[in-house]
Amino acid sequence: MKPLHDRIESLHREYLAALRKERRVIRLWQAVLLVACFTVWEAASRFHWVDPLLFSSPSAIVKLFGEKLSDHSLFVHTWATLFETLLGFLIGTVGGALIGAVLWWFPRLAKTLDPYLVVFNAMPKVALGPILIVALGPGFTSIIAMGVVISIIITTIVVYSAFQEVDPNYLKVLRTFGATRYQCFKEAVLPASFPAIISTLKVNVGLAWVGVITGEFLVSKQGLGYLIIYGFQVFNFTLVLMSLLIVALLSTVMYQLVAIIEKKWSRRR
Amino acid sequence: MFLSIDRLSHTYLTKTTAVTALADVSLSVEKGEFVSFLGPSGCGKTTLLSIIAGLIEPTEGTVLMEGEPLWTGGTDARASRRAVGYMLQQDYLFPWKTIEENILLGLNITGTLTPETKKRALALLAEIGLGGVESYYPSQLSGGMRQRAALVRTLATDPKLLLLDEPFSALDQQTKLKLEELVWTTLQQYEKTAILVTHDIEEAIAMSDRIFLLSPRPGRLVRTFAIPDELRRCPPLAARRHPAFSPLFQSIWKEMEDLEAAP
Repeated sequence: MKPLHDRIESLHREYLAALRKERRVIRLWQAVLLVACFTVWEAASRFHWVDPLLFSSPSAIVKLFGEKLSDHSLFVHTWATLFETLLGFLIGTVGGALIGAVLWWFPRLAKTLDPYLVVFNAMPKVALGPILIVALGPGFTSIIAMGVVISIIITTIVVYSAFQEVDPNYLKVLRTFGATRYQCFKEAVLPASFPAIISTLKVNVGLAWVGVITGEFLVSKQGLGYLIIYGFQVFNFTLVLMSLLIVALLSTVMYQLVAIIEKKWSRRR
Repeated sequence: MFLSIDRLSHTYLTKTTAVTALADVSLSVEKGEFVSFLGPSGCGKTTLLSIIAGLIEPTEGTVLMEGEPLWTGGTDARASRRAVGYMLQQDYLFPWKTIEENILLGLNITGTLTPETKKRALALLAEIGLGGVESYYPSQLSGGMRQRAALVRTLATDPKLLLLDEPFSALDQQTKLKLEELVWTTLQQYEKTAILVTHDIEEAIAMSDRIFLLSPRPGRLVRTFAIPDELRRCPPLAARRHPAFSPLFQSIWKEMEDLEAAP
């Protein structure tokens, strides 16, 4: 028996080693792709294969990044955008989940509001931008409102349908104990819908960024969206691309944080 | 009389049809008795159980438990529900709760969770052979273990009447026989009254004191079989091997065949 056991052990070790190797190879290629892209970009710009005025270059972006960092203006813009996005994301998600709960609680209200939700969901929410600015003033309130309106309706719809799709037998178990509607919600409906709620978080990270950047385009006061639109107007594409890279980095970090939360939650079940 | 059901009828209404699931069912159950509702699918067994559990209101008729009506003029009788424990076809343990949280669910909902009731529930869990799994999640247990945990959840609130809605039908044969034995002995030990719904003739004979045979569409009470004393006293596994088992099976089988043949 011993040799067989040893053999299985060594096979398992080899399998794990192969897995690790595969992962290293993928990581390496990913790094190579990144470096290659930036190198080609830099070269194309240096040798005028593309117009450096329009497409800038990594070195110009790094230089500008250093300047903006030293005069502290970049920090202000980044913080403004990040703050607006986080708030828009939180209000949109929590608000949408709350409205979903209210709809579940009052079925007649849900039936009444159904066509309105469909219209709101189908409508491109960024078109509301000008109205929001007129109503809430050209400041961060209307930018946050943009982030909220763009995510709240879809959150409401997803959360409400998750609440409705809870296996009725869980509710039956609770009702045989004489559970109230609130107890049914707390013990079965809400926990059973957590996976759906978490998945709306991921969608909402992306949507909140769309809303906030569009809002900053329109309000044009501060923020990364403002830098992008300003850079475009004064033909400073180094500024546009730098802001774009920062947006890409920050939204990825936010998305990854949500993914970590999701993993933590799914491990608990 | 512990439970008496008088001229019970129930009709389900949908947009297109009105389906009568139960028609004029009258019967009574003694305290401590184990009875079965036996019948093919569509005989309204589950409807009958849901009415007794207080989950749906019958179209007509009354259900009295210890002389108290379960349904009075449309008001739900929450207190009476507490006296009833319901076991479903599948365990329906909540996957996001540990086994301990699951078995204490009923006590939590009814507001009767005290150190004593909690201790009793945990003791029952150990007694039923599931000691040590309190902190596990349902997905970590086998089907038979989960159904046993569901039994503890049902018994934890100390219901006067147990309603078993085909609780063994989703299990493999061996697990099913063991669980029948366990449920039977546990109910004997705590002197519980129980109603089992099943389409399995053998199971009905092995476990019950009396069997009510129901006809399909609409569900009517066709015949009542009293199980002979020598079978009643045997636990299910022994009952299945008893010489009196087979003749009784034959006569119930024949009765059910006749039911199906009838127009």
